[in-house]
Amino acid sequence: MALVIQNVKLAHRIYRLTIQGSYSARMGQFFMLRCWDTYPVLSRPISVHNLTEDSVSFLYRVHGTGTWLLSALQAGDKIQLEGPFGQGFPEPQGRTALVGGGIGAAPLLLAAKEIPDASVYLGYTSVPFGVTGFHEISRNVTVKSGGTIVDAVDPSRYDTIFACGPVGMMHSLAQKTESTNAELHISVEKRMGCGIGVCNSCTVTSAGKSRKVCTDGPVFPAKEVNWNDLHRL
Amino acid sequence: MISIDCELAGVPLSNPILAASGTFGFGKPYADLYPLRKLGGIVSKGLTLNPRPGNTGTRLYETPSGIMNSIGLENPGIRAFLDSELSEMASHGTAVIVNLGGGTLCEYTEGAELLTEASLKLQAAGKRAIDMIELNISCPNIKEGGLAFGVENEQAQAVVRAVRRATALPLLVKLSPGARDLKEMARMCEAEGADGLSLINTIQAMAIDIRERRSVFDRAYAGLSGPAIKPIALRMVHQVARSVSIPVVGIGGISCAEDILEFIMAGAAAVQIGTFNFINLRAGDTLAEELIQLMDREGIPSLDDIRGII
Ligand SMILES: Cc1cc2nc3c(=O)[nH]c(=O)nc-3n(C[C@H](O)[C@H](O)[C@H](O)COP(=O)(O)OP(=O)(O)OC[C@H]3O[C@@H](n4cnc5c(N)ncnc54)[C@H](O)[C@@H]3O)c2cc1C
Ligand SMILES: Cc1cc2nc3c(=O)[nH]c(=O)nc-3n(C[C@H](O)[C@H](O)[C@H](O)COP(=O)(O)O)c2cc1C
Ligand code: FES
Repeated sequence: MALVIQNVKLAHRIYRLTIQGSYSARMGQFFMLRCWDTYPVLSRPISVHNLTEDSVSFLYRVHGTGTWLLSALQAGDKIQLEGPFGQGFPEPQGRTALVGGGIGAAPLLLAAKEIPDASVYLGYTSVPFGVTGFHEISRNVTVKSGGTIVDAVDPSRYDTIFACGPVGMMHSLAQKTESTNAELHISVEKRMGCGIGVCNSCTVTSAGKSRKVCTDGPVFPAKEVNWNDLHRL
Repeated sequence: MISIDCELAGVPLSNPILAASGTFGFGKPYADLYPLRKLGGIVSKGLTLNPRPGNTGTRLYETPSGIMNSIGLENPGIRAFLDSELSEMASHGTAVIVNLGGGTLCEYTEGAELLTEASLKLQAAGKRAIDMIELNISCPNIKEGGLAFGVENEQAQAVVRAVRRATALPLLVKLSPGARDLKEMARMCEAEGADGLSLINTIQAMAIDIRERRSVFDRAYAGLSGPAIKPIALRMVHQVARSVSIPVVGIGGISCAEDILEFIMAGAAAVQIGTFNFINLRAGDTLAEELIQLMDREGIPSLDDIRGII
């Protein structure tokens, strides 16, 4: 059990939850969170948004019951978290871009902290959120509301691109990147039972092999994923 | 002094709490979270002779108080298990139970033979090996056999008989809640020489994506587990425990010490924890202690005092 320090609403259905404790996690890793007993049954996988010496924070969008219950948390409440799990983003090579679509910005803040000279591209359907944190770290932040953020990215200018967002956005970025030398790594989502690699619920095909999103991912090289796997959770 | 150690099919267990197949892998990731000797035993992911890729499409879906899965027995195959998993699985100081699945009769018997041979070799070398086989005739998620074997008595009998012949290891048969006549099937397994029964496996169920107008799962149906199925599992364990004299391992939605006592009172010799491992990844760390505390509060000195009293 850990203690909630803060749970602030940043925009419609968007919250940032900060939890007390000293955690170590790499960019792109996630925790399994729950603040309820046995209903709902499963814990919710949420990426690490930020880390300080004595806290870990998460940026999340209220989607259904689980995230709605998270959104009701207040400072001083208890929460269960297990993790960090997964492999996260690999060591970037050369010039790096971070591309987030909507709530996909969540895991990129930690990446921006670890790669201070990365260019950050954040796209939102309407009102941007969580952008201040990026501006504090990076001088190179492009924010776009409406349209697609992929239009703003020129993959040929980068050696490494990390992306997180809707599957359609990541797929079109992958197509745009194909003809360049940039290595694109994407953070993908699947329903998770355990988060630790025992239940085989979260498998995707990568490089022709069955891989688990929770332990082999959630980050995979875009070249290797089977996009058909990703459209359905 | 309250004691919860027990014996299952001739194998001594430090407590009656086992981790259920498919929810515990081969134990490894949980061993990072707590010492697995706190469990009475661990049951491996369902293994088949040859590796299986598992099902396509959505494999997991949450329901109120339950989950549905359609994993399709994805597993590395028995040889890979023996080569790279068994020695570590047997190193935790807890009983090792291997869950054996199959698509054909042949696959079942060959699998059982391989497991038995490997286990005897390890034992001869003075090492802990496989304490028990749990024969899964009830996996609802594979096409060829699986559930079919678990539904009709004749089909089940053929598998149980063949596997019984193929192994000298203690043999549990895991029953399906979909069996046409569960009590009859339980008696058949006893007559065929099973050392114990475990039940229930998941309950065949369905979810529909109304927007896509299709089943959520590529294979149409999936297996329901978790707190939602506990009352059904309890009833079935009660029925079966009264029909046979071999031990029965109760499985289905167990999520606390109170649930464990219910199953023991219904006649279970031991229990397995499945979905609850996902609810609390450290469930096995505390359940035995919680069971002792509960028995203390309730004035129950040993499980034998309450087993099958209902
Ligand atoms: C590795 C990983 C990292 C994630 N990081 C974040 C993050 O930083 N911020 C954020 O807002 N969201 C994140 N998500 C998505 C988040 O897990 C889901 O939005 C959340 O589980 C929805 O739960 P719910 O109860 O609100 O919704 P419901 O729709 O009621 O959930 C029903 C079931 O489906 C599962 N589910 C629903 N949507 C998703 C999804 N997109 N991915 C996986 N499982 C899902 C739930 O876990 C639950 O088991 C991440 C998902 C994964 C796999
Ligand atoms: C993800 C998952 C995978 C499972 N895989 C197997 C399996 O390989 N073999 C088997 O006999 N049972 C398997 N089961 C069934 C469980 O062992 C157990 O019988 C069932 O889930 C009911 O118990 P529970 O409600 O405590 O989960 C699986 C269950 C789940 C949830
Ligand atoms: S969530 Fe269980 S294996 Fe990935």
